[in-house]
Amino acid sequence: MDKLKIGTCWLDGCSGCHMSLLDIDEGIVAVLQKADIVFGPLVDAQEWPEGVDVAVIEGAVSSQDDLELAQTARARSKFVVALGDCAVTGNVPSMRNGIPTAKLLERVYVEGATVPSVVPTDGVPALLKQAEPLHSAIKVDIHVPGCPPKPNAILFVLSELLEGREPDLGSKLRFG
Amino acid sequence: MTEKVKVRIDGEVIAATTGQTILEVARANNKYIPALCYMEGLSAVGACRLCMVEVSGVARLLPACTTPVQEGLAVATSSPQLQSYRKIALELLFVERNHVCAVCVSSGHCELQTLAQDHGVTHVRYPYNYPRLTVDTTHPRYVLDHNRCVLCSRCVRTCAEIEGAHVWDMAGRGIQTRLVSELKRPWGEATSCTSCGKCVQACPTGAMAEKGWGVEEMTKHRTVVSRLTSMREGQ
Repeated sequence: MDKLKIGTCWLDGCSGCHMSLLDIDEGIVAVLQKADIVFGPLVDAQEWPEGVDVAVIEGAVSSQDDLELAQTARARSKFVVALGDCAVTGNVPSMRNGIPTAKLLERVYVEGATVPSVVPTDGVPALLKQAEPLHSAIKVDIHVPGCPPKPNAILFVLSELLEGREPDLGSKLRFG
Repeated sequence: MTEKVKVRIDGEVIAATTGQTILEVARANNKYIPALCYMEGLSAVGACRLCMVEVSGVARLLPACTTPVQEGLAVATSSPQLQSYRKIALELLFVERNHVCAVCVSSGHCELQTLAQDHGVTHVRYPYNYPRLTVDTTHPRYVLDHNRCVLCSRCVRTCAEIEGAHVWDMAGRGIQTRLVSELKRPWGEATSCTSCGKCVQACPTGAMAEKGWGVEEMTKHRTVVSRLTSMREGQ
């Protein structure tokens, strides 16, 4: 039987959820016996491939790039996991949501600069009006909150999915 | 005059006395009914709607914290419908303000967070409101963060009923309702505040906290209010 394919990506977040994924320690061996990680910050692929079985997405949808990557991942994956509080609730990135983006960028890049500066436009993705939870942009199949989610919760979810079962977090459900 | 009555909670016959509420009888008999605005030792206001229960012969749901028991009353504390409504009530509390557990002093000790986890709220199905809210840091020892307030009014009742100072009140209507100290003075300028801190201990979330604590560090003494009330009743 062919190995299953896992893709991961990191939108507006701190990479802490990916750190927690690495923190499953030797659990990764069991995961990799059943699946390959074909995309994400942990591997070299430049584009989200077709035919991914499980997409694991960290971070809120905050910029145009985030939105496009989330949509691509959704279109090319069978099952989407929203990993961590940013993907599930918006979390810290959403704390900017009460502030208009122009004002926010001005405050950070111009008023906050120690040397005269302007708001960057080249090479950086445009900010969306608000940083939103993943399920406001694409259909999400399971939410795994936590900041970050505990490694045992991540390992449980991946193991269940790789066995073909839909995981029920139960007592592993935890925000913050 | 109080009378002994018999009620049924989830099928079990339980002895109670008139004047007790469904929630009081349930808790005294280890029957779980969730609640957020209820606090033992304070008057009940039925604000959070998490303790809604099904009462036989009554077409609508009733809040357990404000419904008195009577002879023959039969209550169901849990059903798929109640669970679904409680989940909705919790999710609506989350969308109304900016509850960011990851940066909250009360994370891990928060009643709202615990209720959400216990009720299987894995995510919120409604659009968030993202209101811009203030944080009142004017009091020398305590802080009030409106982002985390659920308007349960436990602080209002604690201050009015237990401390007798009545510093806190609700101002505004509906979604614009805000907790205010002394007709909207900053907390630090509220001359009637005795700085006793019981409101902080009564607060179910991180909306009220002692200054100086980091994320997850603010644990609260939940039994302060009920202990004071029972000591006074014993006098």
